[in-house]
Amino acid sequence: MTETIVVTSGKGGVGKTTTSASLATGLAQRGRKVAVIDFDVGLRNLDLIMGCERRVVYDFVNVIHQEATLRQALIRDKRHETLHVLAASQTRDKEALTRDGVQRVLEELAAEGFDYIVCDSPAGIEKGAFLAMYFADRALVVVNPEVSSVRDSDRILGLLASKTRKAESGEGGVPAHLLLTRYNPVRVEAGQMLGIRDVEEVLGLPVVGVIPEHESVLMASNQGVPVILDEGSQAGQAYADAIARLLGEERPLRFTEAPRKGLFKRMFGS
Amino acid sequence: MGILDFLKSRPRNTAVIAKERLRIIVAQERSSRASPDYLPLLRTELLAVIRKYVHVDLEAINIQVERDGEHEVLELSVALPEHKPGPGT
Repeated sequence: MTETIVVTSGKGGVGKTTTSASLATGLAQRGRKVAVIDFDVGLRNLDLIMGCERRVVYDFVNVIHQEATLRQALIRDKRHETLHVLAASQTRDKEALTRDGVQRVLEELAAEGFDYIVCDSPAGIEKGAFLAMYFADRALVVVNPEVSSVRDSDRILGLLASKTRKAESGEGGVPAHLLLTRYNPVRVEAGQMLGIRDVEEVLGLPVVGVIPEHESVLMASNQGVPVILDEGSQAGQAYADAIARLLGEERPLRFTEAPRKGLFKRMFGS
Repeated sequence: MGILDFLKSRPRNTAVIAKERLRIIVAQERSSRASPDYLPLLRTELLAVIRKYVHVDLEAINIQVERDGEHEVLELSVALPEHKPGPGT
């Protein structure tokens, strides 16, 4: 059985590609056969985050337009042999994606025995974002603790419930999980940032993971190594926890409390 | 936080403001999402018809779809402007 998971958010810059890369890598670390597809046609970036940008020969749109076979276009990850990347086209416009074409590629991946297909959605609610979510079995909605991201996430939750194959076939839409990223517990405690409960209450969904705002995320993207592979970092560990929960394991939330300061530091330090 | 900052009044809790604003706008957008796409256009066209007879603003027209058990009810209300009855009416 192949499971298709869309990583989406509405708003840009919240961490969709970072999340897609770590989700796909984390699943592959567990021995699953995984394909991760960049749906952001014209603004390819997943290849950079995965560190395979110089090995892109054919892309997703080439496969859809039958200019290359799926096998030719899939880039095997250097670190995990069960992980494959399908890059977005950098030259074509987003109209190059078609619903039938996307469906055919997803079916072909299923026939190849992939356990998971991770669809990295572009920002917005245009065609690329629509097609990334349309065939999904589950959705991971990436949200930042910030007003515009939360509002856009709610819009996306509405689309997952109405404009997807699961919705149209009467299965009640795509089940969604919230992943809260760029979380800063110190700022939450200072009343400057929405907390976990705030976001859960507004959106009416529990979080499946909370990724702390941390320099390790930027350092990982600088190097083209998914942050989940930085096992010493809080962000990497938080991603590993989130994936475990997605697979049904119970894990307590970590890194969501501000570090306690002593009385002296509270009075005189900063 | 130093002792001087500690003695100063604490900054406003803006997260509370954010949550309250989100709660309102999300609820509003969810309710309008559930209604058919044609409602805004219907509202504009109705306004044009009504304006042939009475001068009202777009805001005076309230139109929504209510679900009542099995049925959907299109509810339309128009707030007419206050006017004194003219001669002969």
